[in-house]
Amino acid sequence: MSPEFGHVALIVGLCLAVIQSAVPMCGTYFGAPRWMHMGRSLALGHAVFVMLAFISLTAAFLTDDFSVRYVAQHSNSLLPTQYKVSAVWSAHEGSLLLWSLVLALWSAAVAVFSKTLPLVFVARVLSVLGMIAVGFGLFILLTSNPFERTLPFPPMDGSDLNPLLQDIGLILHPPFLYMGYVGLSVPFAFAIAALLGQQFDSAWARWCRPWINIAWVFLTVGITLGSWWAYYELGWGGWWFWDPVENASLMPWLTATALVHSVAATEKRGVFRSWTLLLAIFAFSLSLLGTFLVRSGVLTSVHAFASDPERGEFILLFLCLVIGSSFLLFALRGPAIRSRTGFSGVSRETLLLVNNLILITSTAMILLGTLYPLIADALDWGKISVGPPYFNFFFVPLSLLLLASLGVSVSSRWRHTDPSGLRQKIKLPLIASILLGVLLPVPMASWYDNSGYAPSAAVTLIFTFWVLGASLHDALIKTASGNLMKLPASYWGMLCAHCGIAICALGVGLSTIYGVQRDIRMDLGDSIILAGYRFEFRDIRQFNQPNYVATQAEFAVYVGGVLERTLSPEKRHYHAGGEVMTEAGIDAGLTRDLYVSLGEPLGSSSWSVRVQVKPFVRCIWLGGLLVALGGILATADKRYRRRRSPKQLFTGSSGRASYEK
Amino acid sequence: MSNRLVLFAPLLVFTVFAPVLWLALERDPQELPSAREGQLFPDFSLSQLVDASKTLQAEDLRGEVTLVNVWATWCYACTLEHPMLNELATEGIKIVGLNYKDDRAAAIQWLERRGDPYAFTIFDEHGSLGLDLGVYGAPETYLLDAKGMVQYRRVGVLDERVWRDDFASRYTELVLAEENG
Repeated sequence: MSPEFGHVALIVGLCLAVIQSAVPMCGTYFGAPRWMHMGRSLALGHAVFVMLAFISLTAAFLTDDFSVRYVAQHSNSLLPTQYKVSAVWSAHEGSLLLWSLVLALWSAAVAVFSKTLPLVFVARVLSVLGMIAVGFGLFILLTSNPFERTLPFPPMDGSDLNPLLQDIGLILHPPFLYMGYVGLSVPFAFAIAALLGQQFDSAWARWCRPWINIAWVFLTVGITLGSWWAYYELGWGGWWFWDPVENASLMPWLTATALVHSVAATEKRGVFRSWTLLLAIFAFSLSLLGTFLVRSGVLTSVHAFASDPERGEFILLFLCLVIGSSFLLFALRGPAIRSRTGFSGVSRETLLLVNNLILITSTAMILLGTLYPLIADALDWGKISVGPPYFNFFFVPLSLLLLASLGVSVSSRWRHTDPSGLRQKIKLPLIASILLGVLLPVPMASWYDNSGYAPSAAVTLIFTFWVLGASLHDALIKTASGNLMKLPASYWGMLCAHCGIAICALGVGLSTIYGVQRDIRMDLGDSIILAGYRFEFRDIRQFNQPNYVATQAEFAVYVGGVLERTLSPEKRHYHAGGEVMTEAGIDAGLTRDLYVSLGEPLGSSSWSVRVQVKPFVRCIWLGGLLVALGGILATADKRYRRRRSPKQLFTGSSGRASYEK
Repeated sequence: MSNRLVLFAPLLVFTVFAPVLWLALERDPQELPSAREGQLFPDFSLSQLVDASKTLQAEDLRGEVTLVNVWATWCYACTLEHPMLNELATEGIKIVGLNYKDDRAAAIQWLERRGDPYAFTIFDEHGSLGLDLGVYGAPETYLLDAKGMVQYRRVGVLDERVWRDDFASRYTELVLAEENG
């Protein structure tokens, strides 16, 4: 399939998107059902053509068509096949194409799974999604065409994919992240459709909820994968760097997390309606802002691609158009939104409000830290840099506050919670977590080379056990008093996600506090003892791979004289670009990671070596996955499917009644 | 009425905020026109990284064309450019490190592990010199002439391409100017 075919497919896709953005929307004003019905077929058609374009770019990579500039810049004939595929989204043009594809797939999903929603509403949603697709379609075709050729003199071979990106992490991380980023466009479109149609009731919230949850699950998995990839691939054992691009993914996640909670309150109790709508707009705006920051190169970051002012201008214009018009719409239609009020000070609503405040404060704090250099620069306040110290200073206390309120929330009820009953319920987990948290660091101090008692470890453990304890305690009470199967899937989802957050916090805290690290010079045969593990440098050898030469060392790890594990860190020299990559040797375990990476050779057989023992570092990603699993469980709840059956709709739920006028 | 105005708040905030992004676009973060360019390197009095008893001053940067490289252990882009700095040092180019908002022990270990291309490293624990200098983030590299004037500044990773395109000719020019007069 030639690249020109892909180019044409992209143009056809754009044309369909233009029609999709206009015709169904106009149909809603003229009351023309046939126009409105067109939305579905147009969304599917758009998806098919963008998919064709994507396939044809992938084919160019697989067939080593170096006459295509993008392929020549990011691939090489020696590159293993799976990386030829993932190289498609390794740089600017291709990742935008992936962005568009994902958006097209989400729109198609909305078209397919919205059969039971009112036609007017679906038409509006699909039109809004169409408008976003037009924006990105134009962006690709006008500023970043991946199909551009370098004829008549194509290079003989490509300049290779950055070795950092030749990894399973890169194959998976961007698609998941994009599914999440772009998935937030669906709740956004729902919010805009609600504002246009002035429908803000519980039915709206219920339609919206599965989409929010799924997008949020993808975003969670994407961020978790990214952090895991940074940990083992970048070669020095960190897992979060407060890099602008990481922040760009964390901000939509925090906002989406707030949205997941506030939409629950809107569905169940009819409260926070305008807030939920605003959050849906915020979440997608932040994901667009993230795209702007990454793609325009206004901030320095290792993720940043070549800066191109024209591209930046385009995204900024698009950003202003999308965010400006939705905020304007919100301001104009806002007065029509009536939230049902009436909940007491001690209730689940109040706790959700606290949760939202903390999450949004965190988002604002990160946004400020990320953009501060830009703001200061634009206002000529001098150039000020913001590093991890700033982010940690704010983020750690806010997270602890969040964990504290999380433990209470599980046992709370809607509308009104009896304070004395609540006190009774949380007494046991509270006492147990404080006891365990205060006592456990005593033996831990001796387990991990760390001589003194670590108060920060006690804090971490207290908060973790508090959330875990309160969740399990609540589950025990509920299952003891009733039938286990009666509890809805969404309840288990909530518990799972909350425990995931606690486990993630445990991993973050303990690996930071008890992690030990040595950078030393080691000769063949040398040993070093770290946290009770003896690392012995046993062997070093070279071997060839198609696209690189590797120097591989062998380290034997002993515990009390018994061989526990062999680690093989590598140093790779890539042929095409001449880059040197460090592959760490890692033995992963739930309670600890053993980590060895090779530095520079110092003489004939001696090397500088970094050895690390990181307790509980796996919990960070395990926690992330549990959070995602929680989201999946909540989405799988029977209630969404039952309420969506046509029979129910025709008997007239509150949402439908108010909608037909 | 006040309720209606509150609804406009997000729009207002965004309207104020968008021009900032627009202004940011005009500026290339890789080549921020430093307020320091064409001026003397700011005065400072800070300890040396490896030997805390030694105090360094702006005079220590004079007498020779010098690169001042801002780095930190928390900056992972710094690890990417480090091999290039090592190579430049072996070619006889004087590079001075400015360790920025960092932990002394960790920074020393970092250099032991990756090699030390620096003639010496200034330990700027609280970022005071960085503030005077207008450091945007790590890594950054400043090209100083023999009189200690900042001639060029680069934000971001200094790799082979950046050296070849932006530094090499400026550096050679300064060295020749120094030799001739």
